[in-house]
Amino acid sequence: MFKNIKKILSLLAVASLVFVYSCDQMAGKKNQKKGASKTVDATKKSGFVKCGVSQGLPGFSNADASGNWTGVDVDICRAVAAAVLGDADKVKYTPLSAKERFTALTSGEIDVLSRNTTWTLSRDADIGLTFVGVNFYDGQGFMVRKNSGINTVDDFQNGISACTNIGTTTELNMRDFFNSRNISYEPVAFEKADEVVAAYDAGRCDTYTTDKSGLAAQRTKMSNPDEHMVLPETISKEPLGPVVRQGDSVWEDIVRWSLNVMIEAEEYGIDSQNADMMKSSDNPAIKRLVGSEGELGAAFGLDNEWSLRIIKQVGNYGESYKRNIADTGILPDRGPNELWTKGGILYVPPAR
Amino acid sequence: MATRGIDFGYGFLTQESSFDVQFSLIEYSGSDSYARAYLVGLLNTLLVSILGIIFCTILGVIVGIARLSPNYLIRTTAAWYVEFFRNIPLLLQIFFWYYAALRALPLPQEADPMLGSFYLTIKGFYTPSLVWINLDIFIYSVIAAIVAIVFVRLYAKKLRENHGKHIPVLNISITILFILPLLTFFISGVSVTYELPVLKQLAKTSFIFEGGLSIPPELLSLVIALSLYTATFIAECVRAGIEGISKGQREAAASIGLNRKQILNLIIMPQALRIIIPPATNQYLNLTKNSSLAAAIAYPDLVLVFAGTALMQTGKAIEIVSITMLTYLTLSLLISLLMNWYNARIAIVEK
Repeated sequence: MFKNIKKILSLLAVASLVFVYSCDQMAGKKNQKKGASKTVDATKKSGFVKCGVSQGLPGFSNADASGNWTGVDVDICRAVAAAVLGDADKVKYTPLSAKERFTALTSGEIDVLSRNTTWTLSRDADIGLTFVGVNFYDGQGFMVRKNSGINTVDDFQNGISACTNIGTTTELNMRDFFNSRNISYEPVAFEKADEVVAAYDAGRCDTYTTDKSGLAAQRTKMSNPDEHMVLPETISKEPLGPVVRQGDSVWEDIVRWSLNVMIEAEEYGIDSQNADMMKSSDNPAIKRLVGSEGELGAAFGLDNEWSLRIIKQVGNYGESYKRNIADTGILPDRGPNELWTKGGILYVPPAR
Repeated sequence: MATRGIDFGYGFLTQESSFDVQFSLIEYSGSDSYARAYLVGLLNTLLVSILGIIFCTILGVIVGIARLSPNYLIRTTAAWYVEFFRNIPLLLQIFFWYYAALRALPLPQEADPMLGSFYLTIKGFYTPSLVWINLDIFIYSVIAAIVAIVFVRLYAKKLRENHGKHIPVLNISITILFILPLLTFFISGVSVTYELPVLKQLAKTSFIFEGGLSIPPELLSLVIALSLYTATFIAECVRAGIEGISKGQREAAASIGLNRKQILNLIIMPQALRIIIPPATNQYLNLTKNSSLAAAIAYPDLVLVFAGTALMQTGKAIEIVSITMLTYLTLSLLISLLMNWYNARIAIVEK
């Protein structure tokens, strides 16, 4: 008898919970108006930006011994936190494998994915994701042992074994590359980057293939980095950039323009040191960027100093690149990741 | 899901997968469909599970009996083995056999041949392979031999029950199993040659073996790790089974004049099996499910190929994970079904 009562009571409790939850959902929908964003509200409420990063890729997103994250991808998360919450440190980082990253984003575990992720048509269109821009132009390459006698990709022969990560565009590019050259190969695909490095380092594979920036970064983790080299050829386009969920256009805009502001600030010569002084600049474009003119933040419900905070707390794109990628010796030369005014291809729409 | 912008459907299964897999039991390339990639992963999972079950059973039975050995050295070694391997997490053991043991292996060009033309290298285990002519006739003859053996056993049973005569069933069976397939070599033109692995240079310091059979190190270390780990549990099942038979049974059997071998085969084992099978079934199920740890060392099993790469390329998380879960459920239920059937067969029939 008592057992039955307990059962009924617990059923009732569950049912009422479901009811309350669905009411809450409906109310939420009614309240949604133009300019309002569920993600922004949730972020402000929880007090931090939920950001998905890699499990450790020097220069892009990497945690030091005391758990501090650094990297150009991390700086995107910090920029968003500075814009929305006013403090670049208010970020909760979730390290994700290549396989987990999109599911984590679509399921709502994270709100921004800034994890050296290649922008492709199928990812953008298919799986409920929106790419907001490119923060690093990359391309896939190959690493080999210096003493292997392989000096270009033309030296690859039938039977070569290639270590790589699963679930990345790398796997697909590799197939396209070897098939187009009619070379039979053995793909050895691991779930984590560290496992790929360990296996390649042990001699399991003749070559290790991933994005060139990744190769440069992972080379530093080899037992003897000087024994390895990256082949000169690039076999694919890999525009890496931050990703958000589809369906929250305000949040999407905030992330997109957090990135754009960093690049635009470099273009106008605004950096973390001189940002405050730039408020009294003669150039209206600069004044808009540091918030002393115009109402740029209002469009997505932010105050007018959002971009100033990004520049002051995180720095412009050039500072971020120098700090994370150039000074650490990963890729001292900016290559395509130079401003369009300086011979690169970084070109963002104007912030006005 | 609609609010999150996820569309649901299984249509992707017929799409081109466009990724390659390292190791496959069936013909597969990136131009095949995701459904075929699923099949590749499933077969690889089955392969490692079946190999694991076979080896862990052999090793487990040996160690289980060894633990009851009157010899102190054998008994203690077996006990140490069991305590050591079952108390270290399986994933660590897999990493050990892959990364630590792999590093110790030589590069192909430095490998010394074992037994003539077997090579154990960091890129895999290379053995000579057999090249068959008229393989199908040979296989039919093996099937015919098995059918013949079944009849012989039935006849022997009848003979034993009706006339009390014993015929050497085992010897007859083995003879049939050898003679019949052997005959096909002389009569129906079955022949077999072998192909040796040959070292091939890819670049100055990079070599592989071509020809012959190559077993990838991923499969090798996974089977070793799974077998060594699960064998400890099987060994305990076997020990429990044998110890579960009371001493009186052995003494009674001896008193009616059965010899040691007969006691083990006719009295102890049939009863012990009833105790061994149910827990051993659990271990087989565990082994099958544990084989999904393969993903950690790049063995292309169901989890790595389908719930890994295919999931990533399509983004169909719910569909793919549900298919994968259903597959493991089905596999496990099939194993239980098989073992339950076997268990029912050997159970005591109360008359």
